[in-house]
Formats: sequence, structure tokens, C-alpha cells
Amino acid sequence: MSRTEKTTMKIELPELSVVALIGVSGSGKSTFARRYFKPTEILSSDFFRGLVSDDENNQQASKSAFESLFYVANKRLDIGKLTVIDATNVQKEARDDIIRLARAQNCLAVAIVLNMPEKLCAERNEKRPDRDFGDYVIRRQNSQLRRSLRHLEREGFRYVYILNGPEEADAVEIIRKPLWNNKKEESGPFDIIGDIHGCFDELCALLEQLGYVLNQQDFSAIPPAGRKAVFLGDLCDRGPENVKVLRLAMNMVKAGYAYAVIGNHDFKLIKYLKGGKVTATHGLDLTIAELKKETASFCAEVKTFLSALISHYVFDQGKLVAAHAGIKEKFQGRSSGAVREFCMFGETNGETDEYGLPVRQPWANDYRGAALVVYGHTPNPEVESVNNTVCVDTGCVFGGKLTAYRYPEREVVAVNAAQEYYRAIKPLKPQGFAEDDLLRIDDVLHQRYLSTRLRANIKILEENAFAALEVMSRFAIDPHWLIYLPPTMSPCETSHLEDYLEYPVEAFEYYKTRGIPKVVCEQKHMGSRAVMVLCKDIDSARRRFKTGDEKTGVIYTRTGRSFFDDDTIEAAILERLNRVLTHSGFWEDYATDWLCLDVELMPWSAKAKFLLSDQYAAVGRAGRNALQCARSEVAKALQFVSALEKSENIPPKPGQSSQNADLESLLATCTARNEALDLYTTAYRRYCWEVNTLDDYRIAPFHILATEGKVWNRENHVTHMEAIKKYLTNVDALFMATPYKAVDTLDENSVAEGAAWWEALTVSGDEGMVVKPHDFIVTKGRELLQPAIKCRGREYLRIIYGPEYTLNNHLTRLKKRGLARKRILALNEFALGMESLERFVRKEPLYRIHECVFGVLALESEPVDPRL
Amino acid sequence: MLLTITHHGKNAADIGYLFRKNPTRPQVFALNYGKAFVFYPEVSDEKTTIALLLEIDPVDLAKGKEGAKRKDVGLFDYVNDRPYVSSSFMSVALAKVFGTAMTGRSDEFQALADTRLDLSATLTMLPCKSDTEMLNRVFEPLGYQVEFETFPADENFPDWGESRYVNLTINGHFKLSDLLHHLYVLIPVFDRKKHYWIDREEVEKLLRHSEEWLKDHPEKFFITHRYLFKNRALANHALERLSVADEEAPTEDLSEVEEKEERLNLNRQRLGSVLARIRACGATSVIDLGCGEGHLLALLMKETSLQKIAGVDVVYMLLERAKEKLHYERFSERQKQKLALFQGSLTYKDSRFSGYDIATVVEVIEHLDLPRLSAFERVLFEFARPKHVILTTPNREYNARYENLGTEQLRHGDHRFEWTRAEFRKWAQMVSAKFHYATQFSDIGEADEKLGSPTQMVCFSLNENTEKSGGKTGESA
Repeated sequence: MSRTEKTTMKIELPELSVVALIGVSGSGKSTFARRYFKPTEILSSDFFRGLVSDDENNQQASKSAFESLFYVANKRLDIGKLTVIDATNVQKEARDDIIRLARAQNCLAVAIVLNMPEKLCAERNEKRPDRDFGDYVIRRQNSQLRRSLRHLEREGFRYVYILNGPEEADAVEIIRKPLWNNKKEESGPFDIIGDIHGCFDELCALLEQLGYVLNQQDFSAIPPAGRKAVFLGDLCDRGPENVKVLRLAMNMVKAGYAYAVIGNHDFKLIKYLKGGKVTATHGLDLTIAELKKETASFCAEVKTFLSALISHYVFDQGKLVAAHAGIKEKFQGRSSGAVREFCMFGETNGETDEYGLPVRQPWANDYRGAALVVYGHTPNPEVESVNNTVCVDTGCVFGGKLTAYRYPEREVVAVNAAQEYYRAIKPLKPQGFAEDDLLRIDDVLHQRYLSTRLRANIKILEENAFAALEVMSRFAIDPHWLIYLPPTMSPCETSHLEDYLEYPVEAFEYYKTRGIPKVVCEQKHMGSRAVMVLCKDIDSARRRFKTGDEKTGVIYTRTGRSFFDDDTIEAAILERLNRVLTHSGFWEDYATDWLCLDVELMPWSAKAKFLLSDQYAAVGRAGRNALQCARSEVAKALQFVSALEKSENIPPKPGQSSQNADLESLLATCTARNEALDLYTTAYRRYCWEVNTLDDYRIAPFHILATEGKVWNRENHVTHMEAIKKYLTNVDALFMATPYKAVDTLDENSVAEGAAWWEALTVSGDEGMVVKPHDFIVTKGRELLQPAIKCRGREYLRIIYGPEYTLNNHLTRLKKRGLARKRILALNEFALGMESLERFVRKEPLYRIHECVFGVLALESEPVDPRL
Repeated sequence: MLLTITHHGKNAADIGYLFRKNPTRPQVFALNYGKAFVFYPEVSDEKTTIALLLEIDPVDLAKGKEGAKRKDVGLFDYVNDRPYVSSSFMSVALAKVFGTAMTGRSDEFQALADTRLDLSATLTMLPCKSDTEMLNRVFEPLGYQVEFETFPADENFPDWGESRYVNLTINGHFKLSDLLHHLYVLIPVFDRKKHYWIDREEVEKLLRHSEEWLKDHPEKFFITHRYLFKNRALANHALERLSVADEEAPTEDLSEVEEKEERLNLNRQRLGSVLARIRACGATSVIDLGCGEGHLLALLMKETSLQKIAGVDVVYMLLERAKEKLHYERFSERQKQKLALFQGSLTYKDSRFSGYDIATVVEVIEHLDLPRLSAFERVLFEFARPKHVILTTPNREYNARYENLGTEQLRHGDHRFEWTRAEFRKWAQMVSAKFHYATQFSDIGEADEKLGSPTQMVCFSLNENTEKSGGKTGESA
């Protein structure tokens, strides 16, 4: 053997572990670390001493240095990063801290000892002027090290590597090993099967139903192409044919057709097979009786099989986790006694209930992980799913059913138990986890980054979250109903035309220059924005929205408040909508029992009566009266002055002094202003009418946002408009279609027609129009484009920019406005709105939907010019 | 925006000398936010009218003048009544344009300036929301005859009611300077919105313009408070200078005052009852959910037996105000450690709510929509799970005693519901059964034989023996 081969040592490290380097000062730990690990993986005590005290050798700073070092280590391990601790670690107390760290982080600790000759270390230290401590220090450290070497494994290091001398340290190969539970490269598809408990017939029936080819003679089952089974543990006990189940499961695992994780019953069986003392209760007696009839070699085989079962598997790039009793997010992909314990028994606190059974903590209620957790252990009458967790133990052995969960299809396949094989100590009943989706303050508060399909990392500032929390808590409706909040919308760029602030050309230009030729112009109704959610009946509301308020739907404002103070009006309008949808066959045609609509609800005065009388009408009243009086007084004065001039022939002297006023021009101004006030009054009056009955309302839906299984953001706006026309209008005058016009931004004539269409609308006082790209979601490269741009009419803008905004040089000054912030806000809110709907349609947990809705509300409190 | 002053009587046009404005020469003056025009709509020997017309630039007002930096420009600023009404802009313009006349001095016509003349003044569009009777009570004691005209907010929409504006004409026998002083002070008393910051300087202005007449005015409290924008400290300072501070009671409607007093009293009693209950429980830590401005917290901080106190409110602004009122900044380290103030919501599960002996929920639940109560119950009783919960809420039956309250009305605009005693008990008992608490009810405030007390209180106490099995249970595998 050559010299190098002889000395090459292979060091295997679990991919997630805490590596303790152990060696006296000068043994070359830092050099070793630099050579074999990434610089960021190494946490060196010297470095931290320097960090906290400017002096790497300041022993007085050691306490602070180690506190900071462990702080950083924890942060790294929190996110699953291997961490190397470069300190002498020759004392047991120092190593105990590292073991404690590894345990707390549920990962393995590895020791790499650099066992160097004392002389060499002393020489090295001498060469370093900063290390002026005496040789006795090294001598003491060395003797501490020597005493430690034998105990390292017992201290808790899973692997110990000792490198004797510089040659060995120089020739090392580090191999990083994935953990056993890491099957991230396996993406399935999987059939995940709940607690079997010896129900062999049901298992066979289930596998056949799943398309597996079964051979009951030699206990084999071949899955359909590509599929794999996952057994969630508790193969035996209580049921009639425990050994048969074991045989089949063992064969499938051996053949690579199945994975299995350990359950608490399996754990107890191992204990029995290893000769440990067990009380044969909860059906273990039945398994033992069966095994006693089997050969010793079979029992040995079972022992080997069960002993090799691990606590959980992480599949499909971390998107799926299987464990017997479930698993918290922080335990996923980790390995420790605590992890194993949790995976087998769930979360318990040592208490027992009135049946003498351990009290289980509802960990799933607090689960906020991204990975889907499929687990068993707790029998329920039906599959229970909450917060991205699914419990598929449906109590087959108790006469329930055996259930498989198909991934990624997310379908449930089940076979009923032929009989009740074992009497449950306490009756099966739903745990109620499914309804238990109480929101947590951590789901919304503090500064957060929300990732959506359309835009990544949308930042929610803490102060905006403060405001949103207040609004959400005090005014918003039940979060279960609140699946969407509408985004704000940007106006078009400011017009260059002298008399206009906004003009359609700029809206068309926005899309044209970004390579979007086809746009749709929709008339913008002036009422109040509302979102309508309606279910076909109360049952579907309860089932799909998990609400308990006996409503079939809701109508709410853009800030999530109930639109009507009076519930009966809401109910009556929803009832009429339901009749329209039933009549038009919407429910059947789109195979849905609920829908969500974006609508404009008119008249404006219905919602904004106080605002109108107190603000808009008040300004009109004050302005009209004051200007009339002013006009008449100026006219009188003018008459007096000009009469005087005529009779006494006093020459007019304007310009003589800067204080001389020109009454004629003042009169003209007053007249013009008075006219502006009249126009303003006409403008707001148009959006107001008295509402005495339901028939006086008008509702103009303009987006069908979502139905079961579908967010309508892949449908273009013409489809939306036509579907609305067909299914929602023409039957009940309460619901009206919205006039629209398609425009080709590349065609000058078409653009001119679009502009003329807008002119015609707005000259008669309509609010204006919204220009939308033909497709609901459009991008330019990776950049999301505005989903809509509004272009408001000249008269309408009086109620935004003031009655007289068209006079004098007001327009010139008003034209100085920036749209950038508004546009970013519009994009972020749109992305969040779409995301919340997509999550709802995917049946994601409430908190995942709520965080997006909350995000829109928080963004709405950003200070942006409210006139845009 | 328009003020006219008319002099009736012989040689009426002489008034022009006091104003120092030539009837034949209309004039214009620059103001901060626009211009002031002065002209004479009528000039004769019997009757002469001078007009002061303001032209305020609405865009400057909303946007700030070019180059000026202003934050938080709200929607209402563009659609704004300021350019059209009689407001503090008018007072400022009066002082600027008719400054000399206001002093009552005249080089050549001092006799005229010292003479009481037959004068009238008309203010167009004086904002005076639901205060019209105050017009008489303010101007008549000074010796004016008062006439005013009201208008509907919009004649096309009669159900929107009356607008807040009046055209006001006052007539009287006054020196011109007196009239001008009266107008200067009293316009902003009715308009109630000043376009500039109110500070001590404002007290000086008030005293300068009113020393002759305010001291003995029966509405001096009203005028002072309103002029100083309801700034109590400044108003007291001004009243002191008028040496009337010791005289009693402001002039608000007496029944209103009584009711307010009663409520103030009730509030004190309520906090007293809660505090007594806290003491009886022998607690060392309390969390006040919905602490508002911190009235209860202030009392709790004085309790030596308490080691840990928290105040929670969903309204961030209220927490800031609580900090101010408690003088949090002046707290010692130890006090700061004792008291935690944070924003939280009663419908979101929150680990920060845990670990207190007592949770107090004083006049809070009625601010939640009824359907959200179930979330609140779980957040508090299932998860925070304090040993005791002390909760108060209005007794709806008692509302019959409040004269100003209609039968269907609730005590506060933000109350979503108010419960009768039976409803309250039913709810509290449901909660206590569900979460294993015992209940003890009590009354707060003077009880009416039939209607009960104004406030009802319940103290929930955790049943020690049932606590263990209170959680969710599951079947053994």
C-alpha cells in the first residue's frame, strides 16, 4: 500500500449535524476546518472572541464569545445548516454544551479529534506571537484530551473520528450523507395507507382498488407503474391477521414497492421480540399469539424489519412528510429521540383522560409548515385535514374503514371494514381538528414577506400590519368568508391634452408599449366596490367555508366590512342572485356550489350617504351659495363704479396701483367658479338616487373571481363579460351587464374608437372606463403588468380634485403627480388577491388564505395619494 | 368667503373713511392662500355697504403652496368647503385689511370712530353645525339682533337634511371697531376649524380682541373653549386671565352634563369593582384585554401585590395614549419590567396572553361582532386560560333610564350589541360550562329595582379539578 492510501481516512457526516473539532491549542483545528468545510460553516471561538472584544485571545471574553457562537449555531441549525464548532473542546463541560445543542436541534453530534503530538502543538504556538501563554497550558489541555478520548461516544457523539498525527489529518475525505429520512428525490406518486392493525382482507381490497396486482399466496403486491405504497405504521395488534399483514408489508418494502414508518405498536412489538418486558395489552396479545405459531427465523426477520423502521420520511423535495402520529415542522428531516418519540406517539403532556388514555395535544392546529403531513395514529370516522395535515387513520380495526391517501392527487380511497374486530375503548368521533382553524397572531403581525405565484416577497411593514389588525379585528367579517380583497387600481398616465387630466390614449399606450396589443375597455360604474360570495345552500357554505353563521353568503366592502348594516338586505340580495344562477344553470355548467364575484354596487349614495351629505353636498352647497352672493355683490359694485365713472367722468385707473382691483374680471371669475360648482353638483348627483326597495339597487358584476376548483384568472376579460351577461343578467334587473369594447392598441382607428367611446360615456357624466389587457394576467418577460388601468372622465374628476379643478392654472399644477408607488401597490395587491383565491381553491388552510387577505388590507394603509 | 358690512343712517358713506377704503376704488390684497377684494356694492347717503370677498386657492390649500412640504394630504382637502365659507381665513383677512378700523383710531375722523353707529354685518355660509341656537345666545347679549337663513344640503335630496351653513346677519348700534372685534373672535367660534396651529399666542389674540366684552358675556366659557379649539389648558389659561376661572361650570346643556357626570361616576365605580375583585382573587399578575387609554392599568400599577401587568388593545393609537397618560417614559426600569403594553386582537390566538392569574375584559366584548365571540372565547378561555376572567358589559335593560337614548339605541356608536341580564348570564354560563370555569355575577352602579344596574360583571374562575381533562382528548392507538 502506498503511503497516501494507508492514511486516507473517510469521515462520514450526516448532512445535518453539529461537528465538534477537538484538540489542544496549536493542533491545527482551524487549518483543518478551513480545508474541509465552507468558511461559513465554521464557528470558531477565536473568531467570536475577536468579534465581541477585538482580541481573539482575550480569555476574559470567552463567556460572551461562546454565548454568541451558540446563538449563531442555533440560527444555522434552525434552518438545517451543518455547523462546525472550532474550539479546543478538550473539557467535558464544553462538549456537553455541544451535545445539548445537538439534542435541542434534533440533529446528530459528530466529534473529530485532532490528536497531535504535544511538541508539535507547542512549536506551532511559538510561531504565533499572539499566543503567548506558556507550555503548561498545552500540557494541561493535552492531559484533559487524553482523559476524554474514550468517553466521547458515551457523552453523546454519534460518530467519533480520531486523527492521530498531522499525516492523518492531512489525508482525510469528508463524505456527507443524507439522513435516512431524506427521500426528497422520491416524488411518488404515493398511496399512503393508514393504521392497518392486522386487517389483512381490507388491506388487500384497498390495494386492489388502488390498482396493485396482488398475490395472496406469496404475499406480494405489485403497484401500478411508478407508484409506491407508504405504510404509516401500526401494522399489527388488535386485528385478525397480523402476521399476514406483516408478511405482505415486509415483502413490499423489501421489493422496493413500499416505505414504512414506525408506529407505537410496532415499537412495542420490537421490545417484545427483543425479549423486553411488555404488558401485552391493546391487542399486542393477539399478535404475540400469532407469532408464537411462526418459526423463529420468521420472528427474527420481523425483528430485523421492524428495528430498521425509521420515524418519518421526507418525500418530493420536502413537500410531503409521512409519519405515524404526525410531525411538527421543526422535527421534519431531523433525527433524535425526541423526533422519534413524537412521530410514534404524537404530542402528549403526560396527562390522561377519563378513559385512562393519554391526552393528545392538537399539534396540527398550530402546524404552519409548507410540507403536507400525512399521518395516522388517531382514529376518526373520516379523514381529517387541517393546516396542511391529513390524518388517514379511519379506525378500520374498530369497524371503520381502511384509508389510502393518494399523492399528489390528494384523493382519498377507502374500503369499509368487514366487521368490528376490536372494541374501541372510547367511541370514534371527530376530533374537530378540521374546524379548528383559529388564527394566530403570528400569522399576521410583525413585518412579513409574502410570496405569491405572481410576485415574490411582498413586504408587509409592521406599522401597516398594526393598522390592518385593528381594521380586521374591529370591522371585518368572519375570516372564513373573507377569501379575497380587491386590489387598488392605478389611473393612466397624466394626459398631455390641455383640458384633460386623464385621457384614454395613455391607457392604451401603457399596454401597447409593453407588447400587449389587445385590450378590453369596460365602463366604470360609480358606486361602491363590493365582493360577493355565495354558496348554493347552507350546507355547501358550512362544508366549503367552514362557517357557522347560517348564512349562504356575504357581501363585503373593499376593506372586508359587511356591505350592509342590515343582514336582511344582504340575505335578500344573495337570495336573488342565487335564483338568477339557478335559473341560468350556472351551478351545473361550472360544476360548482359556490362563487365569488367582483362587483360595483350602486347607487353610491346607498353606502356613502354620510360622506355625500356631510362632504360632497356640503361643499356644493357652500360653494354655490357663496359664489351666487359674491356674484351679486360684485355686480352691484361694478354697476356703482361704472355709473360713477360715467356721470363724473373719472377716468378708469387700473394699473396705477397694485392694489387696484378689476371688478369686471372678478365678476367673470365668480361666474366661472359658480358654473364649476354647478357642474360639480351635477356630477355627484348623477351617482345618487333614493333607495326604497331592493329594486332600487343596481349591481354590476365585472369579474367572476372563482368557483369550485377554479380561479378565473386564466379566462380572458371578454369571457368574463360574456359569462356574466349570459348567467347573471337579463333575468333580474338588479344585476346589470357592463358595456365593454375591445380595442387593438396597434390599430390607430381602433384606438380612436376607444377614445371616442370614452368621450361619449364621460361627456354625459359617467365615471369613465377601465382598460384591461385581454388576458386576466399579463407579463412582459418576468415583470407582472398592471391588470387594469382606469381612465376617469373630466366631469367625474371634479369630485376627486375639487369642483374648480378645471379653472385657472389648477390643472397645470394637478398634472404634477407620480404614479410609481400607486402602480407597485396595485401589482402587489393584485398578486395577493389572486394568491388568496388560488389558495382557497386549492383548499389550503385558513391561515394561508388569511395572510394574503390581511396583506392587502395592510398594504392599503400605505400612504399613497388617495386621489389616484 | 364673503362679508358685507352696512352702515345705515345719515352720511352713511363716511364709513369709508374709517375703513380707509375709497368707495370708488375697488382694491385687492394678497393673502397667504389667495386674495382679498374690497369693494362697495352700495354707496348712498342713507346706506353704504362695504364687501370683503376672499378668493382662496383650493389647489394651494390641498397641495400646499408650490415648494411647501406637507404630508398626509387627504382626499377631503380637494373637495373642501374652506374656499367658500366664513372661517378663520376671514378673521385673518379682517385684521389685515381693516386693521386700522379695528383699532378704533382715525386721524381725521376720531369722532366718527368713537360713535356708535347703526351697523349690520352679513356673513355668507358660516359653518355652524347644529349650533344655530347658539347664534342667538352669543350675539344677542352683545346687543345684536340676529337673523339667519338655513339651507338644505342638497335640494334634490331632502332626506340628506339641512346643511351646516347659515347666512347670518347681525344688526346693532356699535362702534365700528367693536363690530370688527366681535366678528374677528366669533367667526372661528362657530366654524371650529382653524387653518393654523393653535398656541399660547392665540390666547393673547383672544384677549386683545375681547377684553372689552368677553368678561361679562354669559357664554364666555363657550366662546373661549371654542375659540381655542377646545384646548382645555389654553382655555383655562385664557379664562384665568379674564379672572373668571373660579366661577363655576361651563355652559353645556345641564342634562347632558349630568348624564356625563353619571357616566364618569359609573366608570369610576366599574374600575373600583374590578379592582376589588382582583384583590379578592389574590392574584400576582393581571392582563387587561382592551385596556384603552389605560385607566385600569393606572390603578393596577399602584397595587403592590401585582408583579406582572399587561395592557393589550387592538387600537395602536390607544396604546400610545395609554403610555402618555401613564407617563411610561418616566417609569423606572422596574416599573417598565412590570408593565407590558402591546397590540393584540381578541380574535387571534396569542401566546402573549398566557401566564397571567387574571384577565380583565372591561367593557370590551360589546365592541365585537356577535359572530366573532366564539373566536374570542377560545382565545381567552381555551388558550390563554387564566385562573380568573373578570368581564363587564352594559346592561341593556338599564338604557331605559338614559333620557337621551332611544329605545333601539345602544350606548355607544361602536357597540355591536348590548345584552340584557338574562342574555349575559346565558352566555357566561355557556362559556363556563364549555371551558370549565365557575361564574360569579355582580352588579356595578346604582341598581334600578326593575332594570338592574347599568353595568353587569361576571368573574369566571377556573375549576381546578376539571382543568386536566379540559383539553382535547384522543383515542389510544
